[in-house]
Amino acid sequence: MKLRRIGRVLEWAIELVIRSCGVASVVFVILILAFLLRNALPAFNSVSLGEALGGRLWRPTSNPPQFGFLPLILGSALVTVGSLLISVPIGIGAAVFLAEVAPRRVREIAKPIVELLGAVPSVVFGFVGLMLVGAWIQRASRAAGDALPGPDWLKTALNMPSSMAAITGAVLLALMTLPTIVSIAEDALDSVPERFRQGSLALGATRWQTIRGVTIPAARSGIMASVMLGVGRAVGETMTVLMVTGNAAVVPSLTTGLFRPVRTMTATIAAEMGETAHQTPHFHVLFLLGLLLFLITFCVNTTADIITHRGRHEH
Amino acid sequence: MRRSQWTSIAISLGLVGSALLGGCAKPEETEEPAAPVVSTKKASQPGAGGAGGEIVAKGSDTLLQVAQAMAEAYQAANPGVKISVSGGGSGTGFQALIEKTCDIANASRQIKNEEVEQAKAKGIEPVENLIGYDGIAVIVNKANPVNELTVDQISDLYVGSTNSWDKLGGKGEVVLVSRDSTSGTYEYFLEEIIKKGDKKSTREFAPSIMALQSNPDVRRQVTESEGAIGYIGLGYVDDSVKVIGVIGKKGGAAVMPSVETVKDGSYPISRPLYMYTDKNAPKKVSDYISWVLGDEGQAIVKEKGFVPK
Repeated sequence: MKLRRIGRVLEWAIELVIRSCGVASVVFVILILAFLLRNALPAFNSVSLGEALGGRLWRPTSNPPQFGFLPLILGSALVTVGSLLISVPIGIGAAVFLAEVAPRRVREIAKPIVELLGAVPSVVFGFVGLMLVGAWIQRASRAAGDALPGPDWLKTALNMPSSMAAITGAVLLALMTLPTIVSIAEDALDSVPERFRQGSLALGATRWQTIRGVTIPAARSGIMASVMLGVGRAVGETMTVLMVTGNAAVVPSLTTGLFRPVRTMTATIAAEMGETAHQTPHFHVLFLLGLLLFLITFCVNTTADIITHRGRHEH
Repeated sequence: MRRSQWTSIAISLGLVGSALLGGCAKPEETEEPAAPVVSTKKASQPGAGGAGGEIVAKGSDTLLQVAQAMAEAYQAANPGVKISVSGGGSGTGFQALIEKTCDIANASRQIKNEEVEQAKAKGIEPVENLIGYDGIAVIVNKANPVNELTVDQISDLYVGSTNSWDKLGGKGEVVLVSRDSTSGTYEYFLEEIIKKGDKKSTREFAPSIMALQSNPDVRRQVTESEGAIGYIGLGYVDDSVKVIGVIGKKGGAAVMPSVETVKDGSYPISRPLYMYTDKNAPKKVSDYISWVLGDEGQAIVKEKGFVPK
């Protein structure tokens, strides 16, 4: 009798601890947002929202300073979109292979290896990019420019003046987002009920037709979520892009931008926050930039979440 | 059942809240609720170690090599004194001095008025110690045929009004390599080369400059890219790059940066280097500074490619 009572109290206590952990993580997010807001809002004393979002010049230490986010936002966008163009096809292809084609043994070895790629610290990616990948990309791009019979603007673009460029960041970010996309897309494909495949095959569809017409559409929401989480990872990545994109705060040109240095929002915050005098306009504007970044990743993650939940109801 | 669930939610909220409040209460006791800075605990405060103890120096990356060499020599001669030196930029050093996380702020620029005000608000009175001069070398890729440039030509290159080497005797697109805007070298270059010493000038660095984190980063980028031009401290020049002779505003022959040309003032791009301390710093810090300013310290300044005061 007594023992049961102690057990019940213990259970209640453990439940309380677990619940506190859950509540704490929510409270932390709210506090971080409050902290960001408190330090970001004074920025509007020195710059209006329109000036910040539409300004083409980022000169935080000039007199008077210019706080235009446009080059930084477009820099982040260019690097992110570039990385997704590489990582989405490869990532989904790899996920389909692992879930649908590969024998179980191959899959059991290959998936952990892909996931291990996600555990490599970003500074290591940056270092590899700085020392090796950047130079390879520059050489390959120049060779392609010389060999291809393209229009002049393409030749100019491909003739990279420096190995530090948006494309170098994009390639490295693609490697870094790949594990996220492969892992989550593979899980989604794997959770498609076996009867769907059996049904399709029984109707006489080939394996490829089944993958294309049944399995992928059934796992659509999970695959979309994997891409969105990849976007979140790419937008928020800091160290690698700081090291390899060249940090030129210039609005990227439509034709040559991908092959020239750019600067992302994350790299700007990382490079400048440490040396900015506290409570100055520059300091607050950097927080505003951080707030913007927070809102972007928040929207991306929420979208991913909504997609996953909608998908769950479909089955 | 439902009621007990609500009670436990309430209790867990209370637990989390009190834990957070407990954490928040401390900074307020130190009377700086507006500053989003981690409050410095007594234990981590430098200069609190009594006799011996540690001297913490932080700041300019330009000064990092020479400050480390000085620290090593001084520690060898004075067992019991420990000096730790780190970089991050002149601004980082001043912030650390203000936040009392370092004893010496190494700087390649003078302290700004707003930084002095912040320091005074925290009870620190910064003292300026001139320890020598730095010549800033303008470097290009070894494949670049250009040997000398005037200050005006360098200025126009970095402003972006000259974007090809063709007019200067070279060929191809110019790649502008710079330090990031928090570097003291960047600010010096902006004021003396871009604005040509005119504080009211509206000339600015071109937006397309690559803002890199350190002197070696700039040097490597110039090594790798044929069209590149960069600027680095004289102490960081090696034979992987080509140093440009600079013709000053008054004209005349191009001058190569060297200890002699910086000291006699004939090389146009050079600047003073400082170690800032608190006026009320402990004796071990003032002893160290007098050693730095003495013969032994100055010999190290010279040895590291800088110019003694």
